Amino acid sequence: MSLPLRDVMGLALAELGDRRPDVVVLDADLSNATRSIHFARRHPERFFNMGITEANMVSVAAGLATCGKIPFACTFAFLLALRAADQIRSLVSYAGLNVKLVGTNAGLSGFGDGATHQSIMDVAIMRAMPRMTVIVPSDEASVRWAVAAAAEHTGPVFIRVPRVPAPAIHGSETRFELGKGLILRQGSDVSIVACGMMVSRALRAAELLHATGIEAEVIEIHTVKPIDTQLLVDSATRTGAVVTVEEHNRFGGLFSAVAEVLAEHAPVPIECVAIPDRFGGSGQYEELLEECGLTVQNVVEKAKRALSRKGHRGANAAEHGHLSRFI
Amino acid sequence: MTGFNGQDLQRIAWELRRTVVEMIYRAGSGHVGGSLSVCEMLAVLYFSELRVDPRNPNDPDRDRFILSKGHAAPALYAVLAKRGFFPESELWTLRKIGSRLQGHPDMCKCPGVEMSSGSLGMGISFGIGVALAGRLDGRSYRVYVLTGDGELNEGQNWEAFLVGAKFRLDNLAVIVDYNGIQLDGSVQEILPLEPLCAKIAAFNWHVVECDGHDVCDLRRALDEARNRRGRPTAIIAHTVKGKGVSFMENTHEWHGKPISDEEYRAALAELAEAVL
Repeated sequence: MSLPLRDVMGLALAELGDRRPDVVVLDADLSNATRSIHFARRHPERFFNMGITEANMVSVAAGLATCGKIPFACTFAFLLALRAADQIRSLVSYAGLNVKLVGTNAGLSGFGDGATHQSIMDVAIMRAMPRMTVIVPSDEASVRWAVAAAAEHTGPVFIRVPRVPAPAIHGSETRFELGKGLILRQGSDVSIVACGMMVSRALRAAELLHATGIEAEVIEIHTVKPIDTQLLVDSATRTGAVVTVEEHNRFGGLFSAVAEVLAEHAPVPIECVAIPDRFGGSGQYEELLEECGLTVQNVVEKAKRALSRKGHRGANAAEHGHLSRFI
Repeated sequence: MTGFNGQDLQRIAWELRRTVVEMIYRAGSGHVGGSLSVCEMLAVLYFSELRVDPRNPNDPDRDRFILSKGHAAPALYAVLAKRGFFPESELWTLRKIGSRLQGHPDMCKCPGVEMSSGSLGMGISFGIGVALAGRLDGRSYRVYVLTGDGELNEGQNWEAFLVGAKFRLDNLAVIVDYNGIQLDGSVQEILPLEPLCAKIAAFNWHVVECDGHDVCDLRRALDEARNRRGRPTAIIAHTVKGKGVSFMENTHEWHGKPISDEEYRAALAELAEAVL
């Protein structure tokens, strides 16, 4: 664990700029916080600070894209998803332009600043944009890959970048591919499907489950859209129970994406570890994760619950209290 | 493009008006008022100002015209067809299922459309992006953005005025169709803009006013914008909403409503008389 992932992103952008003169970067007076400043220092002629004008920034990026540039528009994830939502819809998604949207302070990682600076609904919004590719990286290697992959891919891309460091998950042997999930650990009892900062927690949960005799398969979905349908269906069919794990509201994010796939192709019991339709707040990052039910222990419990529902075909849902908690 | 004198351009503007009324009548819906107010601007731009080639619509060196007030799509389609970007027969597919001519312009579908617009307030920012790219690449193209006056209610325009000045984009000109009327009523009543010239000038833009229905005055304003170095220009074009059809002029009721058979015949009769 070393660099905050936002710095990894900024450095990856700077390196991308070395290789590709068509890459330009925009920021909305947050280059010091998103760390796009790494690119700005290396390529000042291709860096445009728009001031605090997110809606304008995304529209300027769209204009640049029509001229063959590959613009990366950087700001906090919530500002992209919410303040610039219509600009992204009209000029990036609908217009199908080659704009890359980099949202930092993903999830609860803007911890001390509180709920206003945290982003718990961005994946839901971006996923609902036609033509949008949504990437949620989990560690340094996957952030570096995401930046490069976004530039290689023609079309709109949203990358969700945490503010904080993350334990290394991937070595040089990992072969990332857009739209392809990764099996990080094989298992036959339950599938744990995770993204972003929760991937390392999912792996730790699998170890704890192993100690109790439960073999969990851990799948990383770095590309939440388009999602790896085949991998999810194969795994769910083999294990017969699924838990999704994400640092996002339970509505519209990874849980929804996985449930959409499995409801259609391989209906099995699905549990979710996600933010229970509430806001974060100020505190230490780990404290917030705990408060929102996003701990390793939460993953273990939900995995066991999913296992216990195997074969019961939902008859015991009420008995577990599923129906009463959120309705 | 050269070879068109003032009389030619004025004639083209009136022909566009007839086409616009015909298109909206046939479509059964559309925004006639704000389409009729921009006809001289489009005639002058597409037949005497813009370096565009319908046979090579994606030429990286072309001048760009960005219609920010997307509801004037019928007028844009009319001038694009007249300029040869697609067959004029296609104009009657406006708003029909499967048509390249969407109710508001779709750059993915319609040749010659530089920006998908419809949701207001985004064109100046988009034009800034195109202008910045031109500067980065050392290309000499110019960028023209047409906005409505009501559209200037949107805060994003004022972000863009700040940003355009910051980057001193003298390859960018914004034309404001100042017809004084927006959907719900007069600009003065809904959200006053005055003093508009002073406001935009205070944002460090060069500002020039003109009569938006006088092709020679529009030419003068465009020349002034092109020759102004070091800052972008805003052309405040004074116009009449619904220009050319007496009962459509100067009323918000004709911002966007279907044209009846009777109104269609009356409008065409008036426009036939107006053509030089």
